[in-house]
Amino acid sequence: MNLAIRDIRYHRGRFILTSIGLGLLLGVVISMGGIYRGLIADALAILHANKADIWVVQQNTNGPFAESSRIPEDIKYRMRAVPGVAEASPLSFQTIQIERHGKPFRFFLIGYELSGFGGPPEIVAGRGIRQKHYEMVAARAMGMQIGEKIHLGLHDYTIVGLTGKIVSSSGDPVAYVSLADAQNIQFKKDNDAIRNDRERIGANLANIQTLSPVQGKYLQKNISAITESTHTVNTIVVRLAPGANLQEVQDRISRWNHFKPISDAEQTAILAKGMIEKARMQLGLFRVILLVISAVIISLIIYTSTLDKIKVIATLKLIGSQNRVIIGMILQQSLLMGFIAYFIGYGLILLTYEKFPRRIVLEPFDMQILFVIVMAICIISSFVGIRKALKVEPGEALGG
Amino acid sequence: MDKNMYAIEVERLTKIYGKGETAVTAIADATLQVKPGELVAILGPSGSGKTTLLTCIGLINEPTHGTVVIDGTTVADEGWKSGIDLKRMRREKLGFIFQAHNLIPFLTAQENVMIALEINNMTKNEAKSRATELLTSLNLGHRLGNYPSALSGGEAQRVAIARALANKPRVILADEPTAALDTENGKNVMALLKKLAVENHSAILVVTHDHRMVEGFDRIFQVSDGRIIDEKNSIDAG
Ligand SMILES: Nc1ncnc2c1ncn2[C@@H]1O[C@H](COP(=O)(O)OP(=O)(O)OP(=O)(O)O)[C@@H](O)[C@H]1O
Ligand SMILES: [Mg+2]
Repeated sequence: MNLAIRDIRYHRGRFILTSIGLGLLLGVVISMGGIYRGLIADALAILHANKADIWVVQQNTNGPFAESSRIPEDIKYRMRAVPGVAEASPLSFQTIQIERHGKPFRFFLIGYELSGFGGPPEIVAGRGIRQKHYEMVAARAMGMQIGEKIHLGLHDYTIVGLTGKIVSSSGDPVAYVSLADAQNIQFKKDNDAIRNDRERIGANLANIQTLSPVQGKYLQKNISAITESTHTVNTIVVRLAPGANLQEVQDRISRWNHFKPISDAEQTAILAKGMIEKARMQLGLFRVILLVISAVIISLIIYTSTLDKIKVIATLKLIGSQNRVIIGMILQQSLLMGFIAYFIGYGLILLTYEKFPRRIVLEPFDMQILFVIVMAICIISSFVGIRKALKVEPGEALGG
Repeated sequence: MDKNMYAIEVERLTKIYGKGETAVTAIADATLQVKPGELVAILGPSGSGKTTLLTCIGLINEPTHGTVVIDGTTVADEGWKSGIDLKRMRREKLGFIFQAHNLIPFLTAQENVMIALEINNMTKNEAKSRATELLTSLNLGHRLGNYPSALSGGEAQRVAIARALANKPRVILADEPTAALDTENGKNVMALLKKLAVENHSAILVVTHDHRMVEGFDRIFQVSDGRIIDEKNSIDAG
């Protein structure tokens, strides 16, 4: 006869309630692990979507995600000429926050060359971008409909297609436009601003005594052309030809000294380790604290339920029960509670994780480890109760 | 005298609680023997040492001095005898009945009896049929699935008796088994114990200070202030 089960059966209300409470706590522990895995998955989402071998960024930076990086768009031609490079495509990134339906609406805008790569990884509805201007593909998470228009910079952009779940490293949903549009949105000023800028340059040049008015006009034209140039990108993604040596190609690009070639593995390390290290430590700390709290709670529950059973334990000893009968009763209850709580927590997160604002990724390995930890906590927590139980004298069963 | 003639043999048993100035001598120099099949009472006022005597015999309380022999096995001789498995002795040779029935609240009547059998290595099925048989013989056949909280005082005490009897012990020790019962139920329980002593050939030692219940005992030991001051046959008791 299993005493643990009998006791639980008799006190089922209490047992179920404590298991649910503990389950909620473990649910939080599970979700925190899931959020951490989600952070990594989010941080690497664009990286994985692009499948680039090398990210060419501004010299001395860890761009384009961890630090800002700006390089001229025309570098793409030089990259394509590097031996071993199969494809090179410029990308522009910007975070956009506008008002929409009276609420702040935030997303991450990627501009890509329509003939190159780095565009939407998949189209789940509608179509991809076909025209060079005013078309946009949005991640489903943005909640926009096909055909809807959105005003950015100086123009309206029409949603022509939807892509699946893709987010920026900070978790914002991603939208795609053509590179030219992205540059316009980022750099194009309205006509008044341009006129102002030109006048300021003109005024500055007029102050230079040695310049003749003709020279001044000529210079102003050139300077304006440069400052109004929008042909800047954040990175150029490179794919290698089959059989090309990554290290050799990286070395060649580094030799120019103006750009930094970051391999996919290095970029992964920058994103996964550098950018979310603090979040990882934070979440890790919370998980440890919550597990310690769970351990304390389980210990207390087991201890008080042992105190409730002092008389039962004394009676069992009096009628000659072996210690294993008594230890088994306490330990099995503790394990059963942990077991049920774990699956309540797991089930809870499985049912709700899609509704979390941030992505939750449940790795089977993480779940197995957590299960082992919970079982270990249950065993350790029952020690206090067991110790108490072993000290009970059979004589305590006598009398009122 | 044949060594196995007695189920219980106690010689010069002394139990002192505590040490030094606060030491209490609860039992001093007690000597008694009980034969199988005998129903014996220990009578005395509160604090006279009855429970102490019973628990020393029941291997719950370590005697300070003297010897205790249960069914031919010396269990205590100036303290516990080394190498004796007290728990095993308790589950094989002894049955206990208390004032408060001490049933396990989360087990049904049947399971309360079964647990005593299962810890003594009986299989679940055997235990189940023996428990059913025992409880039925105590007129509890209709209460097998009830929890103790749903039993009357008399019913609960009979379940406790069934549990004490489950392993056919040589010795049954009862501490005020009738104190929580009304006269009617108390008398029934005493009659039951008497019957068991004869039928099972067990030695039954009953502590009581309830004078209503003294009839039917084979012998009565009168305890006062830790000493057995008198021993008489029940015929004289009335
Ligand atoms: N664990 C203990 N520690 C110290 N003294 C004790 C202990 N148990 C009993 N005593 C003392 O030993 C004496 C005998 O106690 P015991 O319980 O044996 O009496 P009793 O005859 O069973 O009384 P009652 O009829 O009230 O149950 C009492 O003076 C009691 O205070
Ligand atoms: Mg007493």
